[in-house]
Amino acid sequence: MPLLEIVDLHVEVEGKRVLRGVNLHIEPGEVHILLGPNGSGKTTLINAIIGSPKVKVVEGKIIFKGRDITDAPMDERVKMGLGVAFQHPPKIRGVKLRDLLQKIASKFNRDVDVEKLASVVKMEEYLSRDVNVGFSGGELKRSEVLQLLVQSPDLALLDEPDSGVDVENLTVIANAINELCELNLKPSRRRKSAIMVTHLGYILNYVKADRAHVILNGRIACSGNPNEILKQIMEHGFERCVQCLQERELRR
Amino acid sequence: MPSGERAKKIESLKDRARRAFEKPPSIGPDVDISSFKFEAEKPKDWLTDELVERAEMVGIDLSEKTRAGTYVQLDHYAFLEKVSAGGLEVMSISRALEQYEWLVDYYWRAVEVDTDKFTALAELKKAEGYFIRAKRGAKIPFPVQACLYLKTPKIAQNVHNIIIVEEGAELHVITGCTTPRAAEGLHVGVSEFYVKRGGTLTFTMIHGWTEGIDVRPRTGVILEDEASFVNIYVNLNPVKTYQAMPKVYLNGREAKANLTSIVAASSQSYFDVGGAAYLRGEGSRAEVISRSIAKDQATVVARGVVVGEVNGVKGHLECRGMMLSPTASILAIPQLEAKARDVDLSHEAAVGKIAEEEIYYLMSRGFDEDEATSIIIRGFMDVDVKGLPPLLEAQIKKALDITAKSL
Repeated sequence: MPLLEIVDLHVEVEGKRVLRGVNLHIEPGEVHILLGPNGSGKTTLINAIIGSPKVKVVEGKIIFKGRDITDAPMDERVKMGLGVAFQHPPKIRGVKLRDLLQKIASKFNRDVDVEKLASVVKMEEYLSRDVNVGFSGGELKRSEVLQLLVQSPDLALLDEPDSGVDVENLTVIANAINELCELNLKPSRRRKSAIMVTHLGYILNYVKADRAHVILNGRIACSGNPNEILKQIMEHGFERCVQCLQERELRR
Repeated sequence: MPSGERAKKIESLKDRARRAFEKPPSIGPDVDISSFKFEAEKPKDWLTDELVERAEMVGIDLSEKTRAGTYVQLDHYAFLEKVSAGGLEVMSISRALEQYEWLVDYYWRAVEVDTDKFTALAELKKAEGYFIRAKRGAKIPFPVQACLYLKTPKIAQNVHNIIIVEEGAELHVITGCTTPRAAEGLHVGVSEFYVKRGGTLTFTMIHGWTEGIDVRPRTGVILEDEASFVNIYVNLNPVKTYQAMPKVYLNGREAKANLTSIVAASSQSYFDVGGAAYLRGEGSRAEVISRSIAKDQATVVARGVVVGEVNGVKGHLECRGMMLSPTASILAIPQLEAKARDVDLSHEAAVGKIAEEEIYYLMSRGFDEDEATSIIIRGFMDVDVKGLPPLLEAQIKKALDITAKSL
């Protein structure tokens, strides 16, 4: 059974159609990359899968672990094993990061050492701070991934975990994502999956993904080997890359 | 003051009080005091299960294990006046006035007796109160607790409290004021605190009233050179009406004050809560912080006043309000006044509903909407106050947990 199956998904944001028929299929243990220019619908797809009220599904289906979750509330999807690291998370004043992590751990019956997990993303010193208050760009990304490490979702949705992050932070975040997705295990033993949105793809130097998809104008324009696709994009830009790949598909 | 003059002072205080007996308060709703009885019979059994339970709720540990001293008053009578630390005195105000003739010098010095009908009531129809003194240099690590319990229905409990922290002493006081679960009455609490040179006083007040109680604390605090004062107010339950505006006079050089109030108003409660700091000593600094949450049909008026009267002083007001229902209301009135050129006074105020984005964020971590809301509310109430012993920090956290759950 696929972990996630998205069928002909059409999604609106503030009355405007953003996704126009997305199909996606993810097996347990797979890491998928979403690439695409600004405004193409990458974040909207993440929001639709997690069930954010910011987006409205107008057509199509999202099936997770065999269950149609298209209309399920966000907290229910998360309890089923979805997790998300947002690109721009809000601040929660007065709530200490440590307390939130402990609440997440107990919600998911996870017997984890919060301090130890914090050390994976070098966030030990931020545990006594209010969640996201005064965090820099890199700290926000690390805090998001840390919350997912505590939750340990079966499918992690990672929205640009590498944007605005310097090289040093990038390796820290990449290590954490590798742990989150069990990428240190043999492929046959992996059970955790992820969809990762990335803008520039630098993180692919550190995180080994199985498949990449390019979203253009609300559709998945092409899919394939992440490094190959990224190389084409770097050389020719998104439009050209898609054309090229389409032509190649035709030749085959 | 020679004793002849003291007698004269008391007579003139009574005279001023009599003239103010019908004087309405300058802020907050008026209360018809003729509907209350001033006498209350002395109860035979004071230590009832209900008192123990309600006292515990407002932070009073009747096992006394973690307290340096304890004062318990029920209606107009003191039932417990105990001390277990050196350099400390805890007793009823009537006993203290008998014991120390000089105490009259502190009587109605930080609060004017003719402020309004409530101060007048406390002088003319006084119903006890506590006296706590930390002697010169005494550092008392464990808190002293005072519990004021209003039991008999329809009475006015008019207490007068005095705390003196002498030179270099350190004292932490926690007071819990409460009533049985169904109660009606008026609680007037005049409190005069004196912190002498280099002394430290932290004062934590936890209130657990009912919807039948009017509450009018009248607090004045005088700080000498390098004295430090922290005041924290937390309410747990609805009241009928509450109005308090502790006034802190930072008379000494480098004196410091922090006034923090955390009010969660629900049902029909009317809370008018604030704090005023008068920066009169060179280099003195004050912070007035308030967090208000209004639910149901409740009203909160959150006031803050900082007056810079001399050069080189610094004051800050911070006022945040959270609206949990469309029929509640919050009015924030921050007030800054400069009376000297070289003062640094600032304020920030924000009132609004819970940000939906924050609720969704927590729901994306698996919490349902109610859990998410309560985590955010609890966080909103969390104020970092420096200088409190860990025991009291924990006590305040516990009180705020109760409040957050009740909303």
